[in-house]
Amino acid sequence: MRNGLRHLIFVLVPVVAAFAVLPWVYSNHLLLFNFVVFLVLAQGINVIYGFTGYLPFGYVGFFGAGAYGFSLLVLRMHAPPLLALVAGALAALILGIILTPLLRLEGAYFAIASLAASEVVAQIISNPNLTNVTQGPYGIRLSGVYAPRFAYSVAVVILALTLLIVVYLRNSRFGLALQAIRENPVSASMAGVDVVRGRTIAWLLSALIAGLIGAVYAWYISVFYAETVFDLGMSIFAIVFALFGGTATIVGPISGVAILYGIYNGIGIATPQYFQLIYGILIMALVSFLPNGVLPLLKRWGINVP
Amino acid sequence: MLEYALIAGLLFGLYFSLIGLGLNLVFGVMRVVNLAHGDFLMLGGFAAYWLFTLRGVNPIFSIPIVFSAFTLIGWPLYYLLVPRLQASKDPEMLSLILFFGLSQVIEACATIGFGTSEYSIPGDVLGSEPWHILNQTFPASWMVSGIASAVCIALVYLYLYRTRIGYATRAVMSQRDEALSTGINVHAVSALAFGISLALAAVAGVLAPFMFGSILPAMGVAVTITSFAVIVMGSLGQPLGTVLGGMVYGVALMLMQTYASSWANLLPYLVLILILLVRPTGLLGKRVRHA
Repeated sequence: MRNGLRHLIFVLVPVVAAFAVLPWVYSNHLLLFNFVVFLVLAQGINVIYGFTGYLPFGYVGFFGAGAYGFSLLVLRMHAPPLLALVAGALAALILGIILTPLLRLEGAYFAIASLAASEVVAQIISNPNLTNVTQGPYGIRLSGVYAPRFAYSVAVVILALTLLIVVYLRNSRFGLALQAIRENPVSASMAGVDVVRGRTIAWLLSALIAGLIGAVYAWYISVFYAETVFDLGMSIFAIVFALFGGTATIVGPISGVAILYGIYNGIGIATPQYFQLIYGILIMALVSFLPNGVLPLLKRWGINVP
Repeated sequence: MLEYALIAGLLFGLYFSLIGLGLNLVFGVMRVVNLAHGDFLMLGGFAAYWLFTLRGVNPIFSIPIVFSAFTLIGWPLYYLLVPRLQASKDPEMLSLILFFGLSQVIEACATIGFGTSEYSIPGDVLGSEPWHILNQTFPASWMVSGIASAVCIALVYLYLYRTRIGYATRAVMSQRDEALSTGINVHAVSALAFGISLALAAVAGVLAPFMFGSILPAMGVAVTITSFAVIVMGSLGQPLGTVLGGMVYGVALMLMQTYASSWANLLPYLVLILILLVRPTGLLGKRVRHA
């Protein structure tokens, strides 16, 4: 566990401290919030893809479920935000439990089935027939609980929790068992690893993470539509960030978000098309020349990263 | 009503099969996922639009032009992108990122060139007389698009099952390493398959203004997702299973649009999930694994 302590002190504490302090130094709070959201989502992808090898294309489904779970409790029950946050997390968790059978699928089949599942939830929520329940296509307005500073601090707490989970997975028998399942489920099960239980726990953990941050996202921006919180682009971004940094590590997804999302916002000044063009070329160049992410490169140079 | 939905569903099914076919060919041969598939379709559509408005070429005659042009584009693009990818640890997942980047580039270039508005070609250039089948009336453009899709599918069948290079292509699909060791030039075979895949997408693009109503630079992502649903239903890596998947998708979509139009967008995804849960590797999948 000594490694785990080192990871806590040298990765978790500085990252969380930085995001706790930055709002006082840097004035673009929305950008900081988005950074936190993508850090959490990329780590959530890391939990399920990095450790078990399942790539959920529809990961944003849990994010949206969390956002709507939160909003509906606030709108219909007038619940206080922190209670509604729990509801958002529960909504994502329940969706995760319903979708557990998808874990029977492999590789690209799983990726696409999870995407389809996320689309199903989004379509149901935005259906005009359900306007009385979910506001249908007209979107959610939560002006009553609008409190961006409070929401931001809660988001940072969620980031800390998420990093804690990843540090645990990186340094525990359970995390090792998950990686064994990823490499070869049959051998893992022969070695006494409970394959079904392991991957189900990882799946629900990642659903919970996305649900929590989705709920906070709804709270922070307070006006949104189903397309906003079920945007496939969000899944893809989180996956790209996590893969680019290097999965099954702690700092991989963090550096992926820092570098790619940093560049994304750095070149965001130009007209959207040129910006999209530059960003696309950049992603292609990075994948072509650094196919295994940034971290293995550092490892090859003899720098060991957690 | 029922007859209308079924026949329209079969026509759209043929078209959806054509959309998915190329994507599945690339996955089967190279084990990479071309997330820019829908964007090549969009490019094909704009090529047809350009040929029609500036040169007065009927879209039917654009099909062979577009097909050859995109095969020629695909060949060098393969050597530029794919071999590098296959040297990595997890090519299947990494290809998602690489082609996501490519899709962004193509969409950006198309937006710079064409703006964000929708373009369409009048449907009567494919014939103005509607067709009557079983007392139901269908626009001629749908019939012609369906038939053109069927012809393309048949040509792909001939290529895969009746030519020597198609035989080699299927060998690479089933066992890449063994194909390599029996002296098949895997890269040449793959490059050809890649070119044909882009060409099929582009031909589907030529028909897109008639089947989807219009084309626009940002349509790529939605098309890619649809083609994914189609090929996963059929079975990944089995190009002809795609036809079955396309039919199921088309008929399901049309039935839903006829009887419960506000829920129509939901159904294809539900069908996809149900099929996968019953048969985890698609309708024609060989292995079924229980874990």
